[in-house]
Amino acid sequence: MTPIPRRTRRTLSPPAAALTAAASGGLSRRALLGTGAAASAGLALSACAPPAPPSGGPSSLKLPTDVSDTEKILKWSNWTAYLDMNGKETKSPTLTAFMEQTGIDVSYSEDIEDNDSYYAKVAPQLRAGQSIDRDIFTLTDWMATRVIRDQLCQPLELIQMPNVVGNLLQPLKDASFDPGRAHSITWQSGFAGIGYNRDKVGRELKSLDDLWTDDLKGRIVVLSEFRDTAALVMQSQGVDIESDWGRAEFENAVGFIEQKIDEGYIRKVKGNSYLEDLTSGNAVAGITWSGDIFVLAYDTQDPSWTFTIPESGGTLWSDNMMVPITSTRRRNAQRLMDYYYDPAVAAQVAAWVNYVCPVDGAQAEMEKIDPDLAESPWIFPTAEFIADNNIQQFRVLNSDEDIEYSDMWSSNVMGN
Amino acid sequence: MTALAHAAVDPGGVDPAPPAPEAAKRSWTAYLLLLPGVLWLGVFFLLPLVQLAAVSLQSRYPGFAGYYYRDLNFANYASALTDYAPHFARSFLYAGLATLLAFALAYPLAYAMAFKAGKWRNLMMICVIAPFFTSFILRTFAWSQILADEGWVVGGLELLHLLPGGQIINTPVAVVAGLTYNFLPFMVLPIYASLERADPRVIEAGGDLYANGFTTFRTVTLPMSMPGVLAGTLLTFIPAAGDFVNMELLGPQQGKMVGNVINDQFLAIPGGYPVAAALSFTLMAAILVMVFLYVRRFGTEELV
Repeated sequence: MTPIPRRTRRTLSPPAAALTAAASGGLSRRALLGTGAAASAGLALSACAPPAPPSGGPSSLKLPTDVSDTEKILKWSNWTAYLDMNGKETKSPTLTAFMEQTGIDVSYSEDIEDNDSYYAKVAPQLRAGQSIDRDIFTLTDWMATRVIRDQLCQPLELIQMPNVVGNLLQPLKDASFDPGRAHSITWQSGFAGIGYNRDKVGRELKSLDDLWTDDLKGRIVVLSEFRDTAALVMQSQGVDIESDWGRAEFENAVGFIEQKIDEGYIRKVKGNSYLEDLTSGNAVAGITWSGDIFVLAYDTQDPSWTFTIPESGGTLWSDNMMVPITSTRRRNAQRLMDYYYDPAVAAQVAAWVNYVCPVDGAQAEMEKIDPDLAESPWIFPTAEFIADNNIQQFRVLNSDEDIEYSDMWSSNVMGN
Repeated sequence: MTALAHAAVDPGGVDPAPPAPEAAKRSWTAYLLLLPGVLWLGVFFLLPLVQLAAVSLQSRYPGFAGYYYRDLNFANYASALTDYAPHFARSFLYAGLATLLAFALAYPLAYAMAFKAGKWRNLMMICVIAPFFTSFILRTFAWSQILADEGWVVGGLELLHLLPGGQIINTPVAVVAGLTYNFLPFMVLPIYASLERADPRVIEAGGDLYANGFTTFRTVTLPMSMPGVLAGTLLTFIPAAGDFVNMELLGPQQGKMVGNVINDQFLAIPGGYPVAAALSFTLMAAILVMVFLYVRRFGTEELV
């Protein structure tokens, strides 16, 4: 299926040609020196061949020796505003409890700005078999698909994680990209929709079209991941994003967003750092992720921050914890994953992050923390809520579409 | 003066050619001393450069996003030059403006430090260097907060009706201002070093020969500081042309610089490595050519 890289060259490469010329005699010392330099350059060029894509099945995986028993350390990459925090936001109560219970020292990094930039940084190292100094990274479904396909994460021992097996919500157990969840465990799920400050906007925003008004010109930020922003625009253009749409539909959405940037409505297209623009007041509305807006309302003590699903629909996605292929502390990682599937712990996290909780039983625990939150459709959505609001999942793209659409998005929307 | 100096160092042929073995030994010592530097350059400059060249000619592996195969795909360079010509132009324009602005700000500052500061000289020097104690990104980020729409700068200017757009951040003006700010010390320090070394008696001589202040400056002081000016403009222009942080944090959504394209090709596009590498190489080559022409035109015998 994969075309074989062009390798068979009838003509000789310049260094080789020069060498054969030298062998046939009649070459000045100067030319010979040049040949040497060219030959060594050629040698150097051929030395750095890029790693080939994975060929064999999972059996070809070589896992590093696990040292969790002796190294009580765990390093976790996650997104901002994605774990419960104490009042001063210096520590996470649940994480501190985990460290006390297990003696594992967890270093928690909010270093994922968006999926692409994170994965592009770590993938080359993982492919080369090098450590990335992380034992868990937390990436969205479509990126998890790619990580699993590229064989850059380790298979998980579900038998070591009774909470996960018992409490992972049934629909998530059958995730299309990881049947049986052998490689990835859901961290949280969430929605993309409209986030805005009702006081500063001065009215309710119900659809995407409500964003494109003169009083909001230049005060709107949208997410840099096209699976959120383009998806919402496509939905507003009447496209069923779960069905088999194609290039034309995507182009329409990109053209629309580009126009809104050119006309000055959209100020910036950003990753998770869009929160800074909302905090600083540069922007008052935008296409955002659900939980972030609730955290923002809490952080700024401003209840007028509102999240809503536009009338035309929104998206639902999940972020998944995975163990990088070169991590030597998979067992520690599994203990942490299992810990967060304890319903009481999960409820504590959900009460702070306000994202969709993937843990069965957490709703009952939430009753004890905050009965209002236990009823919140943003944390415990019912099937009717999903259907009524036309909340969909962006269809999985194949590799070529992925590249093509990323390119189009980058040059037309990201301004590159 | 130079003849005198020579005479002092070289005792004028008293000691004729030294014995041959010793000369050989001495030249070996020189090479040995060079070795660490050469090794360092080889490992940390030449090797990565070769790797970059190799990557810039690779092709995308069809069907596997983010994988490549070895190739001689010069189309990467064609794409770098045709698709991203406006980004190159913008980079050079903004970097050029920032260099001019930094020069306009830095020269009087360096001049004051060298000739007028007196006991304040050290304090002024510390003030110029102080920003280096904080990270470049943090300082730029601080500007994004200072210049925010609801910050006091924008508020104050709006109150005075001096800001018709009501926005500083996310405009090209903010980008050029950020570049100027960030690279100003690189302009001040070399100019200061040249001016400080200038012999004040030579400048006084200008006055003695009936030149007015401006003529003395134009024909004596400025030429003496040219090595510093040259070094300063290079140290400002070269990094500014490749910078992407200022555009990312302070700039508008559309109309990015070439550094942002490289960053995006590298990080946001599955399979963007070859084009990113080709762009880096093209940028390097373009800057080299520009610097070469510039130094040929304005260069002096020495830098700084």
